Amino acid sequence: MTVRGLCFAHGERKIFDGVDLRIARGKVTAIMGPSGTGKTTLLRLIGGQLRPTAGTVTVDGQDVHQLSREKLFQLRKRMGMLFQSGALLTDLSVFDNVAFPLREHTDLPESMIRHLVLMKLEAVGLRGAHGLMPRELSGGMGRRVALARAIALDPMMILYDEPFTGQDPITMGVLVQLIRKLNDSLKLTSVIVSHDVKETSAIADYIYVLSGGKVVGEGSPEALGRTSSPWVRQFLQGLPDGPVPFHYPAPDFLGDLLGGGSP
Amino acid sequence: MIEVLRRLGRTGLQFFERLGRGHLFLGYVLLGVPEVLSRFRLLVAQVWSVGVLSLVIVLVSGVFVGMVLGLQGYNTLVDFNAEESLGVVVALSLVRELGPVVAALLFAGRAGSALTAEIGLMKATEQLAGMEMMAVDPLRRVVAPRFLAGLLSMPLLAAIFSAVGVLGGWFVGVGLLGVDDGAFWSQMQAKVDLHDDILNGVIKSVVFGIVVTWIAVFEGYDAVPTSEGVGRATTRTVVHSSLAVLGLDFVLTALMFNDI
Repeated sequence: MTVRGLCFAHGERKIFDGVDLRIARGKVTAIMGPSGTGKTTLLRLIGGQLRPTAGTVTVDGQDVHQLSREKLFQLRKRMGMLFQSGALLTDLSVFDNVAFPLREHTDLPESMIRHLVLMKLEAVGLRGAHGLMPRELSGGMGRRVALARAIALDPMMILYDEPFTGQDPITMGVLVQLIRKLNDSLKLTSVIVSHDVKETSAIADYIYVLSGGKVVGEGSPEALGRTSSPWVRQFLQGLPDGPVPFHYPAPDFLGDLLGGGSP
Repeated sequence: MIEVLRRLGRTGLQFFERLGRGHLFLGYVLLGVPEVLSRFRLLVAQVWSVGVLSLVIVLVSGVFVGMVLGLQGYNTLVDFNAEESLGVVVALSLVRELGPVVAALLFAGRAGSALTAEIGLMKATEQLAGMEMMAVDPLRRVVAPRFLAGLLSMPLLAAIFSAVGVLGGWFVGVGLLGVDDGAFWSQMQAKVDLHDDILNGVIKSVVFGIVVTWIAVFEGYDAVPTSEGVGRATTRTVVHSSLAVLGLDFVLTALMFNDI
C-alpha cells in the first residue's frame, strides 16, 4: 500500500499536507503521533470513507478514491478495520457479531459459519464467550471480539485504530501479542495507528511519526531510537517540554496577572 | 444589516442543503428496499419493534378518543333528537381524521423517536462506520428495513386506532347512554363510504407513515454523533414529524373532501 502526497483539510484546518507512506506487504507498520494529528482520519482516508483534497492512496494496486462504490466495497472485504471503540453491533451476541460479515457476504451453510466463527474466536481466546452480549464484555474483550470479526473474511490487511488506548497492562500485553501473532500466522499486512510508544515499538517493523500534517520521522524502531530529530526524541521518550512546548501560546505571564484585563 | 442578511442567507442555504441531503438519502434508501423484501426476517424484526411495540399506546389512546367522541357527540346530537347518528359521527371523525392523525402523532412520539435514537447512537458508537468498513451498506442493512417497517406499520396502526375508537364510542353511546344498538351500527354502515371515507383515510395514513419514518431515519442518520447531537435529533424528529403530519393533513383534506 502506498500513500502519495496526501492532503486533507477539515474546513479551514489543514490536517495533512503532503504525507507519503509506503506500507510493506506482510509487515506491521505503525503510524504514531500525538493526539490530534489526524491518525484516525488517515485510516478513514485509507478505507475510502473520506476523500482527500489531493494525493492518492493505493491499496494492492488500486487507487482507493477512483474506485466505484461497488469496487470499493469489494476492496473493503479484503480490509479489516479495528475501531477504537470496537464498533460491535450492540444488538447482536458475540457469535453473531463475528458471523455478521460471513452472513452478509457469503452463502455458507450455518454449520460452516459456526465452525469459522468458533475458529476465529479461538484465535483471540474468546471461544468460551460466544454467547455473551457486547455489553457484558470488558473493553479489552470487546476489542478482541472486534479483532475476530475483522479477520472473519480472511483479509489481506488490517487497520488498527489505537488498539492499546485505555487498556490495563495485561490486556495490553495480550493485544500486542495477538496483533503480531495474527500478522505472522495469517500473512496479513497490519497498520497500527497509536500513540503508545512502548507497545507499538515492540511489535512494529517500521514506524512513521506524524506531526503537523507531515511525516517528521520514519524508520525501524531501532533506527528511530537513534534519531537526531529533537521532536521525534521528545515524542518517543515522552519528555514534557521540548520542541513541543508545555505551554499553550499565551501572553507574558506577569503581564497577564498584573494587567487585569479580560479574563 | 449586512450581518443579518448574511446569517439569513446561511440559514437558508443550510436548510436547502439539508433538504437536498434528505431527498438523496430517501432515494438511496428506496434503492435498498427490494433487497429488504428478499431478507424477510430483517423486516419482520423491525415491524415488531416499530409496529407491534407501538400497539399498546395506540390501542389505549384509540379507546379513550372513541369514548370522548361518544360523549361529546351524544351531548350535541341529543339536543336535536339525532342521537341515533352517533355511530356515523364517531366513525367518520375517526376514519377521516383522528385515526390517521392521532395515530401518526403517537407513532412519531413512540416509534419515530426510538428510530432516531437507535440509528443516531449506532452512528455515535461507530457501528455504522464499522459496517461500512465491512463492506456492508448501512443504508441497506440498517435504514431500509426500518423505513419499510414504518411504512407498513403506520396504516395498520391507524386502522386499529379507528377500529378500537369506534368500539369505545359504542361502549359509551350504546352501553352507558342508551343509544339504540341497531341504529348506531346501521346508520354507520349506510353513511360511511368505502371510497370517500375509508380509502381516503388509508391514503392519509400511508402518507403520514412515509413522512414520519423518513424524518425519523434521516434525523438519526444525519445526527451529530455525540450524546447531545442524538438528543437534539430525537427532539427534532418528534417536532418536525408532528408539524409535517398536521400540515399535510390540511393539504390532503383540502384535496380529498373539497369537491372543487
